[in-house]
Amino acid sequence: MSVIELNAVSRWYGNVVAVNDITMSIGPGVTGLLGPNGAGKSTILHMISGFLAPSKGDLTVRGNPTWRSTEIYRTLGLVPERDSVYAFLTGEQFVRATARLHKLPDEAAATRRALDMTDMGAAAGRRIATYSKGMRQRIKVAAALVHDPEILLLDEPFNGMDPRQRLHMMDLLAKLGAEGRVILFSSHILEEVERLSGTIQVMVAGRLAASGDFRAIRRLMTSRPHVFNVRSSDDRRLAAALVGRPYTTAVELAGSGGLQVRTSDFGAFCAQIATITRDNGIALRELLPTDESLESVFGYLISSQGS
Amino acid sequence: MFNPTVAMLTVRATLGRRRALLFAIPAVALIALTLAVRATHPAGTSWAAQVLGDFGFSVLLPLTALILGTGVLGAEIDDGSALHLLATPVSRSSIVVTKFAVAAVLTMAFAAVPELIAGLLAPSGGRLAVALFIGALAGSVIYNAVFVLASVVTSRAIAVGLLYVLIWEGLLGNLVGGARILSVAHYSLGIANAIYPDKDLNAGLGLTTSVTLGVVVTVAALVLASRRLSAFAIQGEPA
Repeated sequence: MSVIELNAVSRWYGNVVAVNDITMSIGPGVTGLLGPNGAGKSTILHMISGFLAPSKGDLTVRGNPTWRSTEIYRTLGLVPERDSVYAFLTGEQFVRATARLHKLPDEAAATRRALDMTDMGAAAGRRIATYSKGMRQRIKVAAALVHDPEILLLDEPFNGMDPRQRLHMMDLLAKLGAEGRVILFSSHILEEVERLSGTIQVMVAGRLAASGDFRAIRRLMTSRPHVFNVRSSDDRRLAAALVGRPYTTAVELAGSGGLQVRTSDFGAFCAQIATITRDNGIALRELLPTDESLESVFGYLISSQGS
Repeated sequence: MFNPTVAMLTVRATLGRRRALLFAIPAVALIALTLAVRATHPAGTSWAAQVLGDFGFSVLLPLTALILGTGVLGAEIDDGSALHLLATPVSRSSIVVTKFAVAAVLTMAFAAVPELIAGLLAPSGGRLAVALFIGALAGSVIYNAVFVLASVVTSRAIAVGLLYVLIWEGLLGNLVGGARILSVAHYSLGIANAIYPDKDLNAGLGLTTSVTLGVVVTVAALVLASRRLSAFAIQGEPA
């Protein structure tokens, strides 16, 4: 059952193509829109939320186009990426003003419910200007949820959050998804969303590169081949120990000291390297993953999906 | 049409900014100037119409309206907080009209009322003060409609507004008679001059022309601004 439908949607700015021929449908539950910066994630979210017209293709929410429609906001909530809110208001005033803009019949109850859901009740009396980054994100979510929307769109909701705030936000999104809402969020860091289950749409350079169940994509991520630079107290012994492992595909003694290790399984290597060095009485001095750029990670995902 | 919640948010955002003090500067300058001229000029000379008409209508009124009119909606669009307002079912024309109304009323408070006070301090007092006050009230309405439109159309609304006030109204309006047809300052002066005729006001337009054009410009600007806001698009990410 899909709620949001994109059919061959493209968006370009002048001669720069931001979104290139994307077809996807998004239904209830949590969906992550993943990809490096500039992949077109925000452009997609802006088009779905009616703040950008597709240059080509059809984009509908429950069968209706969103561009130039104010009615869409009765069933859709948006949490924008930018941190700008009415900082002179208290959290409660901000959520309540949003409830009033929606002309909700019982704005006080709606406000309380939204503050409770986001766990912002205790801080609601303080001015937003005094909030931490994580609290600002949550009060934005509270305002976007005040009219109990079926669809919630979040643009980079984990940006700038510390790990504890991130966990809290993931739990909240999971809860909202489990209630049957359509939750669509964007992120450029795969590890950020490791605790979320659901569907993942991976975007690279304006195209849909991969999509599917979160766990499958996550497995692809952790079992990807990888190169590490390692320095230890006894590089030759460590090399011998590593060669005996099934996930080691090559070990090279670098001229300047240290090892370059190729592994077919990023996750297994990371999990075991500490034990291997300890069991052999070797002191590990340096462990540097190379080739860790987002582009290479997402590039790998594309190639393995294609094969 | 008028949305009280939007109005409340706009008033608090406008007066809460540190910029709020800026609105008061031209008003204070006008009153100080009036007091200074009154102290140095012998009674009976007619400088009031010149000072209040010139400084009041070509500096105080347009600058105050410029800061307020481009700020009520433009500041939120600039910093992105407008999204919280736009992601609600409130109609776009309601947002434009409410924002415009707030800007117009604040301009009246920060420009038209000081103009009245300065007029009462001037020797000719009375009717001239009332005439200038009514002219300034009209100007507050028309200018803000234009500046709200500018803030929806361009992110450089203040620069565009300044060019309009300084070049079109300040320079061309005085040199080229035809330019007055599209000068809000001249609509305001025309209305003031009709109530209290004074050649020192240098009014270039009659009452009927001023009122008609003022209404047409105001309505057209608000309609255009609403239409523009209905097609509000988030600026593209640098790809």
